Amino acid sequence: MTFEPDSAVAPNAPLDLPEMEGSGKGGAWQVLRDVLSSWPARISAIVLLLIVLMAVFAPFLGTGNPVTINPALRLQGSSAEHWLGTDSYGRDVYSRIVYGARISLAVGAGTVIVSLVLGIFFGVLTGYFKWADIIVMRFMDGLMAIPGILLAIALVAISGATLTTVLIAIAVPEIPRVARMVRSVILGVRNEPYVEAASILGTGVWKMVWRHMLPNTVAPLIVQGTYIFASAIMTESILSFLGAGVPPETPSWGNMMADGRTFFLLKPELILYPGVMVSLTVLSVNMLGDVLRDRLDPRMAKRL
Amino acid sequence: MNDTPVVLSVEDVTIDTRPAGRKPIVRNITFDVREAETVCIVGESGSGKSVTSMAIMGLLPKDSLQVTGGRILLDGEDVLKVTPARMRELRASRVAMVFQEPMTALNPVKTVGDQIDEVLRLHTKLSAAERRKKVLHMMERVQLPDVERIYRSYPHQLSGGQRQRIVIAMALILRPRLLLADEPTTALDVTTQKQILRLIKELQEEEKTAVVFVTHDFGVVSEIADRIVVMNRGDLVETGTRDEILTHPKEDYTRMLVSSVPSLVPRCDPVPKNPKVMEVIGLAKRYGKKGFTSDSTVLAAQGISFTVRKGEITGIIGESGSGKSTVARCVMRLTEPSEGAVVLNGQDIVPMHNLRAVRKQVQYIFQDPYRSLNPRRTIGQSLMEGLVNYGVPEKEASRKAAETLEMVNLPAHVMNRYPHQFSGGQRQRIAIARAVVMEPSLLIADEAVSALDVTVQAQVLRLLEDIRTNTGVSILFITHDLRVAAQICNTIVVMQRGRIVEQGPARDVLAWPTHDYTRALIDAAPAPDWDFQNFRPVERAV
Amino acid sequence: MFGFVLKRVLSAIPVLLMVAVIVFLVLRLSPGDPAVMIAGPNATPEQLEDLRTSMGLNRPLLEQLFIWMGNIARGDFGVSLVSGKPVADLVMDRFGPTLALSITTVILAVAVAIPLGVIAAWQQGKWIDRLVMAGSVVGFSVPVFIIGYVLILIFARKLGWFPVQGYRPMSAGFGEFASRLVLPTVTLSFPYIALIARIVRTNVIEVMNEDYIRTARAKGLAERGVLMDHALGNAAVPIVTIVGVSITMLIGGVVVTESVFNIPGLGRLVLEAVLARDYTVIQTVILLFSTIYVFINLSVDLLYGLFDPRIRY
Repeated sequence: MTFEPDSAVAPNAPLDLPEMEGSGKGGAWQVLRDVLSSWPARISAIVLLLIVLMAVFAPFLGTGNPVTINPALRLQGSSAEHWLGTDSYGRDVYSRIVYGARISLAVGAGTVIVSLVLGIFFGVLTGYFKWADIIVMRFMDGLMAIPGILLAIALVAISGATLTTVLIAIAVPEIPRVARMVRSVILGVRNEPYVEAASILGTGVWKMVWRHMLPNTVAPLIVQGTYIFASAIMTESILSFLGAGVPPETPSWGNMMADGRTFFLLKPELILYPGVMVSLTVLSVNMLGDVLRDRLDPRMAKRL
Repeated sequence: MNDTPVVLSVEDVTIDTRPAGRKPIVRNITFDVREAETVCIVGESGSGKSVTSMAIMGLLPKDSLQVTGGRILLDGEDVLKVTPARMRELRASRVAMVFQEPMTALNPVKTVGDQIDEVLRLHTKLSAAERRKKVLHMMERVQLPDVERIYRSYPHQLSGGQRQRIVIAMALILRPRLLLADEPTTALDVTTQKQILRLIKELQEEEKTAVVFVTHDFGVVSEIADRIVVMNRGDLVETGTRDEILTHPKEDYTRMLVSSVPSLVPRCDPVPKNPKVMEVIGLAKRYGKKGFTSDSTVLAAQGISFTVRKGEITGIIGESGSGKSTVARCVMRLTEPSEGAVVLNGQDIVPMHNLRAVRKQVQYIFQDPYRSLNPRRTIGQSLMEGLVNYGVPEKEASRKAAETLEMVNLPAHVMNRYPHQFSGGQRQRIAIARAVVMEPSLLIADEAVSALDVTVQAQVLRLLEDIRTNTGVSILFITHDLRVAAQICNTIVVMQRGRIVEQGPARDVLAWPTHDYTRALIDAAPAPDWDFQNFRPVERAV
Repeated sequence: MFGFVLKRVLSAIPVLLMVAVIVFLVLRLSPGDPAVMIAGPNATPEQLEDLRTSMGLNRPLLEQLFIWMGNIARGDFGVSLVSGKPVADLVMDRFGPTLALSITTVILAVAVAIPLGVIAAWQQGKWIDRLVMAGSVVGFSVPVFIIGYVLILIFARKLGWFPVQGYRPMSAGFGEFASRLVLPTVTLSFPYIALIARIVRTNVIEVMNEDYIRTARAKGLAERGVLMDHALGNAAVPIVTIVGVSITMLIGGVVVTESVFNIPGLGRLVLEAVLARDYTVIQTVILLFSTIYVFINLSVDLLYGLFDPRIRY
């Protein structure tokens, strides 16, 4: 179907200009409004907001100390004192779940920041400079060939289990993906007439990248960042579950599930409660990601 | 007055968006098409001409467009009322369609023979052998060479013209009563266009097919139409026989449309011996690298030499693949030339490392006005960018940008707006302003009017001429369209397969071409002997 | 054709070299002294020094790298620092279960996901499409091990249809082998079904908007024919790509699934090695998985030619 784009606008009347609309700052608000116009997106946003609030106000939500061990009260069912019961060390499950949101969100946000910053840097470098492309992209290819989880497990096992190590271990495998995306946008836009026009007008390298190229990466980066956020939370839980995550005493959802493994057949809720939290968080973020993608970068659905 | 049977009767048809918009996009269209008759639906973009043809075929996208009123009778049967099964039966057997883009209209993963054969499989009970014979016969009728080989070919192995022949074979193999052709030659070179038009005409005469030909090109219309339907923004403006519309259009819009069509009459004299602005000497461009053993390089241009004088508009003309755009890019060093010299105001720019000084003297206007402006920057920012880069203070740059906007007939207050708020023609003016504000000595216009509707095209051509007159700038005008070149160029350079075949004053080249290829191009240009501006045949100077 | 294959195979070599370098650097440059890890915290400085010398850790980094890569090139992957057995033997012992699990998972995922994706695309916007899409978002938002445990709880514990955990090789009888593979396969295939179904759907929808689909309709072809004859053939290339990519993504899930179901495969081997800081084993398994990744990508590239006549070698 060839739809003729000019139909709404007079082609030949110089003064017949349509009204000002959707430009400048209005853009971001418009996107937010569009995204929140669908029910799944609204629900996801609310769930996510609740989880964020839970993380921020963890101490005020009727929680006890999430790391206090009390062997006398092992594996209890739910009670007025322990709303969701206790785990095999007698720690309060509810408190651990509430505090666990902090770890998950911190890992998610940290991974997004680290992988985007480095990904953009390498993406611009390789997209703009041929010499860098040859060297850096070979390295990125190699990095991509290594299964992310294995690399992360190895990194954590060797460097010691701290939050920072886990964060870096999760972020590193994401960097090549971000870099490739930024690079492909820059390569794609390099031959756009408006970029060539700017170069004819004598625009320098950095101005060119900043003004004419990088703005094109914003939409796909927002979308990709959302997915990275979700997958980082997932990966953190897997790493902890496998015993290669944040320090074992840390109240993270992954650690809770790892602790619950031994008693799984006895008390499955020790795994299921945190499992539901992880799933719910990841699900909401992914849903928002889908809606954002449909709104901002529909073509991305084809890629990964 | 005419007792030939009516094949298609479009009665009072209205097409609306779904959900319905403020105003239907096609309103109350009525026209008839008789046996063996060619009716051209002509209009600019947004006129609703394509949508109308899709509606006849029952191919409107279901979720976005719908026919809300009227009847479409095909041999008396209302195609808007038939069942989907009946509609599928009618397609290809009674009404067939040829689309604009031969590059994408065929399935890339099936052989073309198989794709024609599919029509027979769907609508006939012939055996495989009979079908094959019929397909090969049809392929011969559309004048394809070596049909056995082409039968087994995939679309990407064929040229644009060959693919369009395949699509035509597919459309006509069941001898439909009605053929809908939606801009079938727009994507093709003029010489190929000529052949395809002739082919459709021949087949139509043999089979008495009724043809609805949708096009924006009045040149094509004047060659093939029996009757013409003029549409504008969803309304039917007027209908009439070809001669009525071309010589005595009743409506103002039709008059404007017809008179905007460029004709092949050269209008400009050579400029006097002004100083040379640019001299290109022995320019060549080789793509690809030479390997150790093999030479896989392609020569996109070679032995290119020409001059552009002050205030001169020099046209480089050629079909796709002639190398004309390569030359344009090389003289500006957007592409690095492989050999030769480009002397700009007395200075060879090919060996230069720092292009800043050069770039200010030469500015470029791109073909696609939708892609040549950064959608995220205001018109003002785009216009001032170059000036600021060369050290002009913001205030001064802003003042100059405003002045230049007025020069291209846009009010200065649009500086704060973004490109998406403008139409294609307006954007092209802005792009021109962005180039002109730099006060270059040479403008390169690379197919700068090719993407525009004729009426807008005429305005932009006039604008370029005005700018030349007012500022004395020289223009290197790249185009595939001889008629456009005839409107504006003082000098013409004709290119074919990377070489210059002929150059000289526009009047001489167009009136007395010396090279066969130039002659072929002139011959292939639609309606070479009609003077649209004056609603009459061209008066040949004898 | 042959030239193209050769060229592609050769182009895999620098990637593999790069993988080797990265793996080496990650393991050597991370804080933490391998000698300390192996000898334990109570080792004397002399013991540590001896260990370093015998492991070659005192030589320059570059030299260590070359020695290691030279050994690999000769097929010598070293010995396990923990058990002292040759790493190659350890890996071979564990290869069977992982291979079996991966193959059944890929077959299941492809067999379920492609029809689901096509149906969703076909019914775009209708309830079945929404259902498939919703299911797919959930499918890869739930951690694999949660799915595994829930399946165990229902099908092994409550219903008793399958054994809870464990693995038997084919040689122990097909029934024994298969019954223990069902739950892990279903578990592991969940996220891949979700992923592949989505990508199939998007690509089929995209193809359905192409001009040649309109041509097919103009011929009078019914929608089913348009989808089957014209759309699927063209959507094949992206679908093959995604199947290839998701095979490579299986690897992360394999480690988890083997851990949940107590399957003695490569994933478990890695985990054991990590917990025991068994360097040589970690190196080798990562290298092995990366090689598999590179070769799957390679096969996907070569497969394109089957589906798309425009690609000629």
